[in-house]
Amino acid sequence: MKLSYAIKRIGVFFLIIWLAVTLNFGLPRMMPGDPIEQRLALITAFDEYAATNIAEIGASYRKQYGLDKSLVNQYFTYWADLFRGDMGVSMSDFPQPVAQKISAAMPWTIGLITVATILAFAIGSLMGALLAWKRAVKYVLPVMPIFMVLSAIPYFLLGLLLIFSFALVYTIFPLGGGIKIGMAPSWEWEAVVSIFKHGMLPALSIILSSAGMWGLGMRALMVTNQGEDFMHLAEAKGLPESRIFFVYALRNAMLPQITAVAISLGFVLSGSVLVEVIFNYPGVGFLLKQAISGKDYWVIQGIVFILIISVGVTLLVVDLCLPLLDPRINYQKK
Amino acid sequence: MNFIKKAVIKSIVNYKLTLGLFLCAVVVLFGVVGPAFYDIEKQEVGAGMPMLEPSSEYPLGTDAQGRDVLAWVIAGTPATLRIGLLAGILGVVIGAVVAFVAGFYGGWVDTILRILTDVLITVPGILILVIAASMLEVVTIELMAIIIASLAWMGPARVIRSQVLVLREKLFVDVSRLSGEPDWKIVFLEVAPNLMPFLLASFVSAVAGALLASIGLEVLGLGPAHLATLGQIIFWVDFYNALLRGAWWWWGPPILVVIILFVGLFLASVALDEIANPRLKTRV
Repeated sequence: MKLSYAIKRIGVFFLIIWLAVTLNFGLPRMMPGDPIEQRLALITAFDEYAATNIAEIGASYRKQYGLDKSLVNQYFTYWADLFRGDMGVSMSDFPQPVAQKISAAMPWTIGLITVATILAFAIGSLMGALLAWKRAVKYVLPVMPIFMVLSAIPYFLLGLLLIFSFALVYTIFPLGGGIKIGMAPSWEWEAVVSIFKHGMLPALSIILSSAGMWGLGMRALMVTNQGEDFMHLAEAKGLPESRIFFVYALRNAMLPQITAVAISLGFVLSGSVLVEVIFNYPGVGFLLKQAISGKDYWVIQGIVFILIISVGVTLLVVDLCLPLLDPRINYQKK
Repeated sequence: MNFIKKAVIKSIVNYKLTLGLFLCAVVVLFGVVGPAFYDIEKQEVGAGMPMLEPSSEYPLGTDAQGRDVLAWVIAGTPATLRIGLLAGILGVVIGAVVAFVAGFYGGWVDTILRILTDVLITVPGILILVIAASMLEVVTIELMAIIIASLAWMGPARVIRSQVLVLREKLFVDVSRLSGEPDWKIVFLEVAPNLMPFLLASFVSAVAGALLASIGLEVLGLGPAHLATLGQIIFWVDFYNALLRGAWWWWGPPILVVIILFVGLFLASVALDEIANPRLKTRV
């Protein structure tokens, strides 16, 4: 039964990919408004010399993007291009390849959001676990309402408030950006410190706004563990309290949380769009915002494609790995 | 309607629900009654000199384009609320219908709907919203709500479906089936009323989710451009660097209103979840 589950799950994965690619191909072509015409209008408005042979420019754009061919032809070309990692070229920075733009932005986003997500998860889970622990609850209870309220506030607004407090009123951290202006990202000490400083506030806004949710989830899981036989056994054996807490209670409650953090890591690229916009952080979200305001459809499409793939792959891996991690999970039908 | 009576009694006891509803009511009143006390026409560009600090004439000052901030926030609140409510209602209704059909009929209908839900839930919502919103030329409140709702129904659908599966096996459903009631009657008159707490709880969280999505889109500059909304004010705050200019009277109020609204909705949804699902009760 296990093999058939895996095959089914992989089938759903390909369905997701197919749907995503097709939507990505179809949506822009269904929408009113021709991006080429919009681009040409922009060129005519700003460049008098180019305006004289605008028809030719338009034709060469269409040829470049393959828009002069039939729709069916375009669809298959789109697939073939994707397999080669070719996502077209940017329109705002013609002719820089979209793939190049995205891969330059990705390390920023992955670095920032992965670290922030894991920290939020660790802090939140520990807090939640202590909340369900009789002898520790009195230390955690007072801070919990603060984290709960923070988790209700949209993270990008939290970001604005953090900028105001720690970059303007107290100038501890920089206002935005990914690294000091004029500095190139590298592994040298100075660059690393600068990257760290610039990442501090965006990361903090994510951690503060999500730690509360992790805490709530963990508390609920820990509560169900208490009163289980293995907990009584651990106490009866006279094990030290810290060992009971970490090895018996925490570890057994952890699995659903780990699933959840794995899934949210799949959303790393898309979860941060607005944080990056608020902090002018040079990642994928900021690129997306620029592409939107510049009507650079090929960049938008490329980013959306990468995001859907990353979420799809993560969910697939999580679903396939879970039965291996916990033998109690099986997907057999009754 | 036993549930409503219970909820009313509980809301008096349950301070989270009371406080949550109170905060939401403050924001709603601010947007609905506000225009009666303050001239929202002053939200137009050039209503005053740009970047004025708060004064008796402009209680919350003006922005970089001379818009009266107080009038702007008052005018933007109901628009934001309407998008959130409309999208929340649409999302829960679509989700509930899908869940009832899938859960009640089971079989291949359930399989297809479940796969569709699972597939769509993996699609990062905000991105499809970005594509759709960036390619439409004119975005109205209703259109915005529909775009958001089209990706907001999967959550409620999953939650409600699992509840329908439980209820389907209950004795009273068997009884009404044996007494020859048509399926739609069983679904709407027997099963649905038992799910009221769940429907209400998922409605509140759907509204909060829709508001978050709509404000996010507007901050990206993808909202209804011709209409004042709270997210749009924050877009201009970011656009004109109001933070750097020290214009606290400009960026503070819209953020404050949004925060009050979200904290209110959050408290209400936590409280409703507890009522719908007593196992979540805060006990240690």
